[in-house]
Amino acid sequence: MKFGVVVFPGSNCDMDCYHVIDRVLGHPVEYIWHREQSLAGYDCVVLPGGFSYGDYLRTGAIARFAPLMEVVSTFAAGGGLVLGICNGFQILLEAGLLPGAMRRNDSLQFRCHDVYLRVENTNTPFTNRYRPGQVIRMPIAHGEGNYYADPETLAQLNREQRVIFRYCTAEGEIAPEANPNGSLENIAGICNREGNVLGLMPHPERCSEEILGYDDGKFLFLSVLHWWGLKREREVVARG
Amino acid sequence: MFQARIYVTLKTGILDPQGKAVKGALATLGYGKVEDVRVGKYLVLTLDYPDRSLAEKDVKEMCDRLLANPVIEDYTFELQEVAK
Repeated sequence: MKFGVVVFPGSNCDMDCYHVIDRVLGHPVEYIWHREQSLAGYDCVVLPGGFSYGDYLRTGAIARFAPLMEVVSTFAAGGGLVLGICNGFQILLEAGLLPGAMRRNDSLQFRCHDVYLRVENTNTPFTNRYRPGQVIRMPIAHGEGNYYADPETLAQLNREQRVIFRYCTAEGEIAPEANPNGSLENIAGICNREGNVLGLMPHPERCSEEILGYDDGKFLFLSVLHWWGLKREREVVARG
Repeated sequence: MFQARIYVTLKTGILDPQGKAVKGALATLGYGKVEDVRVGKYLVLTLDYPDRSLAEKDVKEMCDRLLANPVIEDYTFELQEVAK
């Protein structure tokens, strides 16, 4: 399977994502410039963190109109895997590939530190290598991660188990003091109905190697590989 | 030529952390009677359009598509004819 890391003007986590896929996972990966108009040959596309277009107007608001984003929508509709990290998540929200919107952190501060997350759903292409309810650690670095969705959308996300990560205490409790940005119901990451599009504010690519302190993020990428392997097996069986 | 003055604000009921901070600062300055502060955006567009109705239609479309996020924001605008 082949990964692509999208590069917008102002992306700054693209090289980290590339590094993890290339060096830690040892998998084929290429950068994809935001003006490209095809994703042929790719199986998983990563929208990395950063400050695309300087975050002007709203985070992700201008990036979503990059020529490649039209292709990303088609790619996602066809079942392609799309992972949006931090600014990538914000772009997915602006593009309508995930529901809701980001508001300024309630503290008004840019928050840059480690957080604990509870893995709420492991039945996705991105989380199957975690245990249900597992508490993991990842760094955050954002000023606008205060997730909002209207009450109906929020109820739907909960009903369909589409909240994938929530900010929690070290013991796994979903508590206000564990919420770094004011996000509704401590939401840190959600997926679309089909489960092939995930957005999260924390940075798995910054914690995928022991040398960086811990490697909880690596299992997100390993989940993608595992899921892909199972998908391939199923296809072989289906074809007989 | 037209000039569009666009005001983008957070919807009623959406928490506005900036507004809250500004309200707190005003209270510190002694303006304790300020009940609420909402911070928004103000955009001025100069439009080379021949007629008003077309300009109005397009400004609305621009707001819906890019300038405001309908999930959390409302907008209003005024259109004024200006000399070229």
